[in-house]
Amino acid sequence: MSDRLPGFATLAVHAGAQPDPTTGARATPIYQTTSFVFNDADHAASLFGLQAFGNIYTRIGNPTNAVLEERVAALEGGTAALAVASGHAAQVVVLQQLMQPGDEFIAARKLYGGSINQFTHAFKSFGWNVVWADPDDISSFERAVTPRTKAIFIESIANPAGSITDIEAISTVARKAGVPLIVDNTLASPYLIRPIDHGADIVVHSLTKFLGGHGNSLGGIIVDAGTFDWSTGGKYPMLSEPRPEYHGIRLQETFGNFAFAIACRVLGLRDLGPALSPFNAFMILTGIETLPLRMQKQCDNAKAIAEFLAGHPAVASVSYAGLPSDKYHQLARKYAPKGAGAVFTFSLKGGYDAGVSLVSKLQLFSHLANVGDTRSLVIHPASTTHSQLDDAAKIKSGAGPDVVRLSIGIEDKEDLIADLEQALGA
Amino acid sequence: MSDNKKRRHMNHDAYPDNYIRGILNSVKSIAMVGASPVNVRPSYFAFKYLAQRGYDMIPVNPGHVGKELLGKPFVASLSDISRPVDMIDIFRNSSHILPVVEEALTLDPLPKVIWMQLGARDDVAAAKAESVGIKVVMNRCPKIEYGRLSSEISWMGVNSRTLSSKRAPAPTQGMRLSLNRMSVGGGDTAASDRAAKNKSEQS
Ligand SMILES: Cc1ncc(COP(=O)(O)O)c(C=O)c1O
Repeated sequence: MSDRLPGFATLAVHAGAQPDPTTGARATPIYQTTSFVFNDADHAASLFGLQAFGNIYTRIGNPTNAVLEERVAALEGGTAALAVASGHAAQVVVLQQLMQPGDEFIAARKLYGGSINQFTHAFKSFGWNVVWADPDDISSFERAVTPRTKAIFIESIANPAGSITDIEAISTVARKAGVPLIVDNTLASPYLIRPIDHGADIVVHSLTKFLGGHGNSLGGIIVDAGTFDWSTGGKYPMLSEPRPEYHGIRLQETFGNFAFAIACRVLGLRDLGPALSPFNAFMILTGIETLPLRMQKQCDNAKAIAEFLAGHPAVASVSYAGLPSDKYHQLARKYAPKGAGAVFTFSLKGGYDAGVSLVSKLQLFSHLANVGDTRSLVIHPASTTHSQLDDAAKIKSGAGPDVVRLSIGIEDKEDLIADLEQALGA
Repeated sequence: MSDNKKRRHMNHDAYPDNYIRGILNSVKSIAMVGASPVNVRPSYFAFKYLAQRGYDMIPVNPGHVGKELLGKPFVASLSDISRPVDMIDIFRNSSHILPVVEEALTLDPLPKVIWMQLGARDDVAAAKAESVGIKVVMNRCPKIEYGRLSSEISWMGVNSRTLSSKRAPAPTQGMRLSLNRMSVGGGDTAASDRAAKNKSEQS
């Protein structure tokens, strides 16, 4: 056995998958089944008691999903992963392992609008209290720490404006506070940024975006970095204390550095239920095989389009960290040297009306609420993804009324530029 | 690199897969110190799994002498084992490791491997064992490592850190699995190992 370590593109194709033991099928089969037979009563009992490796029921685990899980864990450099039904489901499952009613977590103010809603409203009803901090001011995270703080949540590249977060600086705050750092790596994908290398303890994704990459399947995933010691101070009883659900097993003691992923599976997914369909897992796995190719092309296209827009007379400003003049350019060079992602915003001199007019005239860009598709996409966040926020919060999260968000696809960039030119010009 | 040199320089923060693979491929008998008959304890199911994968398991626990664990009689201590053992797997806290290792060093022949369970680490005891040529693994579980290197554990979404384009036989109970897959990077355990080490130094 050689000790040569394969590169990212090799892992994107191979990690987690091997020819099917029974049929020899080379593509990962879709195990479209709810349940798996036991060998005998003892085997069943060992599986239910978490004592043996194997499948029970697709809400808890499925062989197609397991390939996806290992693939993303390998790409992110984590110890294990758990696939779930959506990015939002991943966020609920992660925080359920960490939070008790009355606890707090600190979140960066610059987040996907849906996450801001989820944290502000849905989580509040669970008694989980979000405390907002400004990712451009690291000391605001320090000031937000209290004895009830259980986690810090940030996006590596933040939706919608594509701003880059200083993951290492915030991980230092998390370490000092003795809480895990959770990084939503959806907009970067591990091809551009591997948050675990910069101090993240947990990585979450909406697989719906760049990892799946084709706009056809919803999914989410949780990656355990294996870096956090859950046993200190009884702060995380789901991991450190005997679990009555499993005859008194302590998950950290039993599973070591992948105990968090196991907790998400056997306490989160099992009991909350947001399982990923094996069919979606198959679609997303197929997408991941070309992640490095797509992501590079999308970044290169995005940079060319950002440059075009920055020089256009109808455009007031462009927020793209790949532009040397951008406020986040230095952070982009440090964290995402291959490219600053493919999602960014720009604002029009003509304000809200000009934004609405642009969207209606575009022929190639699709007007819809998603990012990370092979197709180029456009949206006006103030009237859609961020519409539930009040005006001040819209501006703070980078979604003011004059702002248009683009997600750049893999088409020929000349065609995308021509489409924008005709829609802006007339 | 000679075997000897490798041993002296073993980095207990991050074991090369080949080191673990070599151990699990070569040992046949394993004495488990602290084996529990309680079927929700990690030692119980590690014992059961290793027995199912074909290792000759010996449960060591003075509190259960006269009883059996999955058909194997408990012995009170390592010196009560009447045949040579290849590996000693210690299911005790870091603070109880040293006396077990000292007892292991009185065995004739010496064991080839001393393995300390997840969360357990004693660098002084490890150095003693290594000075007489015994291989040491700390803060790892042999069941997890076997499952990882065979990729059986991938069924739980764990990063096996291995790749293979070969068709594997379908795993059945009581079967030895191949551990000879290509190793890859990622899933580094250095940070959690450090956490365990700091704790064992405090205790
Ligand atoms: C950064 C980010 N995180 C999370 C989500 C939520 O993911 P899902 O729609 O898969 O639940 C999204 C979706 O737009 C997103 O952009």
